[in-house]
Amino acid sequence: MTSILLVAERDGQGEISQSTLQAVAAAKSLSDSQVTVAIEGDAVKSGASLAVEKIVTLSPTDSGDAGIYDKATYDITSLISLINPDLVLFNKSDFGSVVGARLAFRSDYAFAADCIEISSTVTGLSVTRPVYGGSALAEFEIASTPAIVTLRAGAYETGTDTGSPIIEAFNSDGSVVGQGATTTDTVAEARDGVRLEDANFVVSGGRGLGGPEPFSLLNELADILGGAVGASRAACDAGWIDHSYQVGLTGKSVNPDVYIAVGISGASQHMSGCSSSRAIVAINKDGDSNIFKEARFGVVGDWEKVLPSFLATVRDLKA
Amino acid sequence: MTFRIVVLAKQVPDPETPPSQFKIDESTNSVFPPNGVPPVVNGFDLNAVEAALQLRDAGADVEITVLSAGSEFVMDAMKKPLAMGADRLVLIEDSSLGNIDSSGTVKILAAAIEKDGPYDLILGGRQASDWDQAHVTLGLAEVMGLPLVSLVQKLELNSDSVALQRVIPDGYQVIEAPIPVVLTVTNELGEPRYPNLRGIMQASRKKPEIFTLADLGFSSGDLAPKLELKKLYVPESNRQVELIEGEDEPDSGKQLALRLREEKLI
Repeated sequence: MTSILLVAERDGQGEISQSTLQAVAAAKSLSDSQVTVAIEGDAVKSGASLAVEKIVTLSPTDSGDAGIYDKATYDITSLISLINPDLVLFNKSDFGSVVGARLAFRSDYAFAADCIEISSTVTGLSVTRPVYGGSALAEFEIASTPAIVTLRAGAYETGTDTGSPIIEAFNSDGSVVGQGATTTDTVAEARDGVRLEDANFVVSGGRGLGGPEPFSLLNELADILGGAVGASRAACDAGWIDHSYQVGLTGKSVNPDVYIAVGISGASQHMSGCSSSRAIVAINKDGDSNIFKEARFGVVGDWEKVLPSFLATVRDLKA
Repeated sequence: MTFRIVVLAKQVPDPETPPSQFKIDESTNSVFPPNGVPPVVNGFDLNAVEAALQLRDAGADVEITVLSAGSEFVMDAMKKPLAMGADRLVLIEDSSLGNIDSSGTVKILAAAIEKDGPYDLILGGRQASDWDQAHVTLGLAEVMGLPLVSLVQKLELNSDSVALQRVIPDGYQVIEAPIPVVLTVTNELGEPRYPNLRGIMQASRKKPEIFTLADLGFSSGDLAPKLELKKLYVPESNRQVELIEGEDEPDSGKQLALRLREEKLI
């Protein structure tokens, strides 16, 4: 039996996030798995039919701990001692990356970040993760338990199984060991439209655009498709668009149905943020660029000539 | 009072190495050093060096030590932070360090910091460009029992605390942390500065201070990896791109849209 503690996250509506549902599918793919889900705050509608054995609710954190995660690190460490799982599964999100690493090093557990595959072996677990900016894959065996693993979004398909988990509240002993850092304010930099991470269509621009102006065309296309605009690191570093639009290793990971890359060469650090898209569509004048090795559809040509007619045709099709 | 800052830095293969030169030795599960492309200091760690230098620029009295653990250091690469303006370079060099994982690295770095410290600020980059991991700095905070703030894009020193901005997807958090504190610095802080000639001259005269594992009270057996690397390989790309060619470029754009509709993608 593989006993798994899965630490859930919520989406913008407070329901269980798509990435967490994918993690459930990953957990269920292991042989004879028994899954307990931990979630901060009250259990939610989408949890009641989750295909797991148990849901444990943790008391919500306060705003002073936002982004620091002292409380989650403490609570989940306590929960691990209580239920002794073989595997603790997080999403490779900001929360999962920080809390997973902190509690693993706090208790000297094995930690594997950003995995795309997990399987059971005779002696323990095997995990696979991209390394060198996605140029290579590394497969590791972990013999000690519990193994703390973060899972890349899009690595598993969301499952369709349902279940009827028992729901329990976990009462921490209340002696949260804060380490002294305090969040005093959160400043939102307002953005219109669909969140990049949630978008079904992403239209991204890179160095080949040559300046900030062409992003208005990309915006127009994203609006028609009901999607969001993204960018490569080169475009962000050049100051053409804010860093919050960056897709890639050091930016956001997206997994839309269609990822349209305009003037992007497809360096591995960029691809690691979008390679789980269902279909990548590339427009680039250099037919040898790496993006065409990853794309399903492409046009080798000057975006200034290709994109306006593409946009006009999409507009007609959507009308 | 001098603020003592230590910046963690890692030597990595140059991430700008052309893909054609990226080769794996499957018999040893390691990357062949690319011909003629020397290693570099992890670019994200240079963001952390830049953060420390910006505190000096803002008028703080700081001493900046760069700390690295590894094997086969290339001095031209490792001295870059000194050329940018850091004061000291401390290297923990041991041939066995090529084969440990982050749990071992964290223990060694913590021991070196305790020996060489105390420090007021411990800074690291947001991740490494080789194994793409981001957790050595996070783990160090836990092992040393210090507060941790990740993804810092701005920092200001007060007498016994730091005022921070932490990047979140659509904005930032304002955070106050006591000193000493461990921070990971993100690339939003700004591009690392280029060394000037004077900096390069000064760096060339500085000698790194070397710690051995024995100096830190370790033997290599203490650092057995928790993750055993079974296989390192280049994934096969099984995608076959379908190139759309119209009569001219505008027509290709139109045909592309029609093809996507045909596939029910839009």
